[in-house]
Parts: sequence; structure tokens; C-alpha cells
Amino acid sequence: MAHRPLSPHLQIYRLPFAAILSITHRLTGVFLTLGSVLLVYWLVAIASGETAYLEAQALLGTWYGLLGLFFCSFALYFHLCNGVRHLFWDAGYGFELKTVDTSGHIVIILTVVLTVITWFIGILFSGGPA
Amino acid sequence: MSLKTPLGRARGLGSAKTGVSHWWWQRITAVALIPLSLWFAASIITMIGADYDAVVTWIRSPIVAAFLILLVVSLFYHALLGVQVVIEDYVHNEGLKVAVLVGIQFIISALVLVASIAILRIAVGGT
Repeated sequence: MAHRPLSPHLQIYRLPFAAILSITHRLTGVFLTLGSVLLVYWLVAIASGETAYLEAQALLGTWYGLLGLFFCSFALYFHLCNGVRHLFWDAGYGFELKTVDTSGHIVIILTVVLTVITWFIGILFSGGPA
Repeated sequence: MSLKTPLGRARGLGSAKTGVSHWWWQRITAVALIPLSLWFAASIITMIGADYDAVVTWIRSPIVAAFLILLVVSLFYHALLGVQVVIEDYVHNEGLKVAVLVGIQFIISALVLVASIAILRIAVGGT
């Protein structure tokens, strides 16, 4: 297997919309796997007592903690919406190119809407932006 | 009549081994995670300003504790099945691939166990 040319040339080939969503589904899946370690850390902190819990809350409340949580929420909603799109395909629906394009756009709109609603309510509950 | 070559038949490789189980459980956990993750996200948002006692009281409810364990098990099984495919697609060295796959299984098993013990400790713990 010599170095024969491979297709597509990812450096110069502009990925179609469906392909961008496909690789984003993978990326968000791997990212959420890493992010779910935070969930375990949070549960362990609660089980360890109030001091550890307050430490965890302080860590998650820093700007990088909040940024991480923001990306987690965005990744979760994308993976969730696009995952439902995949389940429809598994059931045999939505394979028409036009439908694939439309459902892809619905996924992006829903992801943005759900992320915005989440952080809007979150900021309301935390008593306004810090 | 088999369309396989004699070598292929001897090796026993081909489709329809455990692939269906992998595919099926990825879907089962996906469907389970739709309500579980939305419930967890909604719960977390409403508890943003809550103090320690409120969070502990929430987890101490048997239903909440049970659903948290369901969430953790479904989430990490789904993650394992997904990451496994990513590794199989991108890691081409056979030895490294097996090593990473085994490593991921160890790490995810440990995370599930640690999270479950934490949830149970909060749920049944004293004070």
C-alpha cells in the first residue's frame, strides 16, 4: 500500500452540510464522554461532604468552568437532536436529500434555541449575571 | 452454499457476529438517554442557587437516586459503544487499538462504579 492519492482531500475539499453535521455528531459525542467525567466528579463531591461540594461548585463557577459547562450543554443538545435524527433514519424515514437538508437545519436551530433557553433560565435562577 | 472463501470460513470472520448487539444497545441507550438527559439538565438548572442540603435532599429521594443511576449506566454504556467505534475507525495499529479499547473499558467501568457508589452513599448515608 504505497502513498496513493486518497479521496476526498480533506484539506481542499469543502465538506457538504450533511458531512459537517456527521463529524460534529462524533466530535460532540467524544466531547460529552470527557464532560461526563465532570458529572462523576460532582456526584463524588456531594458524597464527600459540604466542603468538597462547595469546592466543586466554586470550580464550576469560574469562567473556565462555566465555559466548559456551556460547551457541554451545546454539545448535549446537538448530540440529542441529531441523535433523534439518526433514530428516524434507523426507522427508515427521512432519506430524501431535501429532507436530510431540512432535518439538519432543524437540528441546528433546536440546538441553539435549547442552549439559549437553558442559559437564560440558568442566569435567572442564579440571580442575574455575576 | 457459502459464498465465503475457504480461508474466510476458517477464520470465521464476517458480518453478523456481535455487530447487531452493539448497534441495538447503542439505540436502546440512546432512547433511554433522551428523557434521562433532559430530566437531568432541567433539574440542574432549577438547582443552580440551591445549597448543599437541598442537593442532598434531592438525591436522597429514591426515585431521583434510581434515575441518576440509570442515567450514569446508560450514559457511560452509550459513550463506550460510541468511543469504541471511533477508535476502531481511526486507530489502525492492531496492538494499539486493542490496548486503547481495553483501557477505555477499564476507565468507563470504574467511572460507572464510582458514580453509582457516590449516588448510593448520598441516598442511604447518615446525617
